[in-house]
Amino acid sequence: MKKRKLTIQALPFMLPSMLGMIIFSFLPIVISIVISLTDWNGLDKLNAQTMKECMVGLGNYSEILRSTEFWSVLWHTVYYIIFYIPLVLVMSLFIASILNKNMKGIGVFRVLYYIPVLTSWVAASLIWKWVLSPQYGIINQLLSYIGITGPNWLTDKVWAMPAIVLASVWKDMGFYGLFLLSGLKAIDVGYYEASRVDGAGKVRQFFSITLPLLTPSMFFCIIMALINAFQLFPQVQIMTEGGPNGATQVMVERIYTYGFKYFKMGYAAAYSWILFVIIFVLTLIQMKLQKRWVYYES
Amino acid sequence: MNHKEKKKILQEIGTYLTAVLIGVIVIIPFLWMLSTSFKSKGALMQIPVQWIPKEPSLDAYRTVFSRFPLLRAIGNSFLITGSYTVVTILSASMAAFAITKIKFPCAEGIFKLYLASMMIPTQVTLIPLFVIMNKLGLINTYPSVILPSLFRAFAVFMLVQQMRSIPNDFMEAARIDGAGIFRIYAKVIMPLTGSAIATLTVTTFMESWNDYLWPLLMLSDKNKMTLTLALNSLNGQYGTEYNLLMAGSLISMIPIIIIYACAQKYFKTGLMSGGVKG
Repeated sequence: MKKRKLTIQALPFMLPSMLGMIIFSFLPIVISIVISLTDWNGLDKLNAQTMKECMVGLGNYSEILRSTEFWSVLWHTVYYIIFYIPLVLVMSLFIASILNKNMKGIGVFRVLYYIPVLTSWVAASLIWKWVLSPQYGIINQLLSYIGITGPNWLTDKVWAMPAIVLASVWKDMGFYGLFLLSGLKAIDVGYYEASRVDGAGKVRQFFSITLPLLTPSMFFCIIMALINAFQLFPQVQIMTEGGPNGATQVMVERIYTYGFKYFKMGYAAAYSWILFVIIFVLTLIQMKLQKRWVYYES
Repeated sequence: MNHKEKKKILQEIGTYLTAVLIGVIVIIPFLWMLSTSFKSKGALMQIPVQWIPKEPSLDAYRTVFSRFPLLRAIGNSFLITGSYTVVTILSASMAAFAITKIKFPCAEGIFKLYLASMMIPTQVTLIPLFVIMNKLGLINTYPSVILPSLFRAFAVFMLVQQMRSIPNDFMEAARIDGAGIFRIYAKVIMPLTGSAIATLTVTTFMESWNDYLWPLLMLSDKNKMTLTLALNSLNGQYGTEYNLLMAGSLISMIPIIIIYACAQKYFKTGLMSGGVKG
């Protein structure tokens, strides 16, 4: 009896989020699985009848996995990650250690470094598109001062992805920097004092105290960065639209293009489930690996 | 001693130099945006590049506002982002309250289900959600962008963590004083969760303000567009007139920077707790 009373009490409180979950999460997930098994074009009525008619089983999945495009799309993401993660980690470590110093005027930098994080990707992409403009942009102008002829960046097959990495590092380093700062602040000052007594220098302190004690924060940053890397989208969509010649095609960009430009809904849905599996597996691997190299203070 | 002091000063100078260097990297694109927005169309394509416009003009701002309902887009952004944030906070705090404080029979099970849903990337639900919105006849309406805020698993998760730390004694005391369950929620638990709610408010606001893909799919009507979409559509129409685009970008940044300046404290805590996106 008491249980029933509690349920009745809880119901009005749970109702909005439960409704939201069913309509905007649970139902879409189920529908997405079904659509991924069909070659539905997004225009025919969506009901059991049409679903049955355009059922193709696992056809979309095998078609994607056998296409060369999928593997090059995957490679673009891996390529992005190889440059993006080390760069953004190093930059944010610099930012965190600068902001961690108790010096006059550091507060100004704290605000400054965070402005790109606040900027929307649409604005940031437009700014970078213009910064990277081959003839009229400032990057190539700056390069010309030291006698280098800059590449065509976003329209050059080789340089388009590095350009996107550059813009992404610029936008994200403040975020990870402030995140790592909170990790730095949590390190006990006593360790540094003790090691100084033992005669350890700054460099030694960094590698023997700071870095090991910062691994949990860094681990978290890497997971976030990896998951975000696979969901790379607005900057690609606005800066290159996947070009030149498909050199910057990435998974979400493909999902968007197949789903809402070519109306190959089934194909796009299957793509999104492959994306899910990749992210899921990555998270699991990370969770397993972290035991090996993340140092948790006990 | 003297040697030590010298070393310390050198170190400080080194830190300042690195700080300024990174600062320059951060700020140059913004200065370039600012400078470009005050150029006339002709000055855009001059070589060598004009770092500071030789004949500064407000043409770009005038044109952007006259060719595009930008003021309207600012209004839309505030309306959508404001509603999105309020709905997120209300719905999530109510659910968190029921889960932690009412403890109805399957509370833990439902909470686990919410957590599990965080594993699914938003791209998976993109297509079916589009279909559902279409069926509900909501495409090109504000609710299509606002309603998904009813269920934001991450917000529930964050508030559950917070509410669990509130001792039940507070509730008991209020109950003895004759407060009903709604009163307890509004007058006891919500105020005690204040700082987490404030943090969630700013991070949700920022996320929704800068959101791109979902509004892009939902709102194609010029008069319903958010600021981000307006900027995107400016890019589509005047893709090479960078003075217009930079003026638009600058305008789109102003509100969020003001909010950041006012609520910086909550951004900081939000960063530590709200790192993972839902």
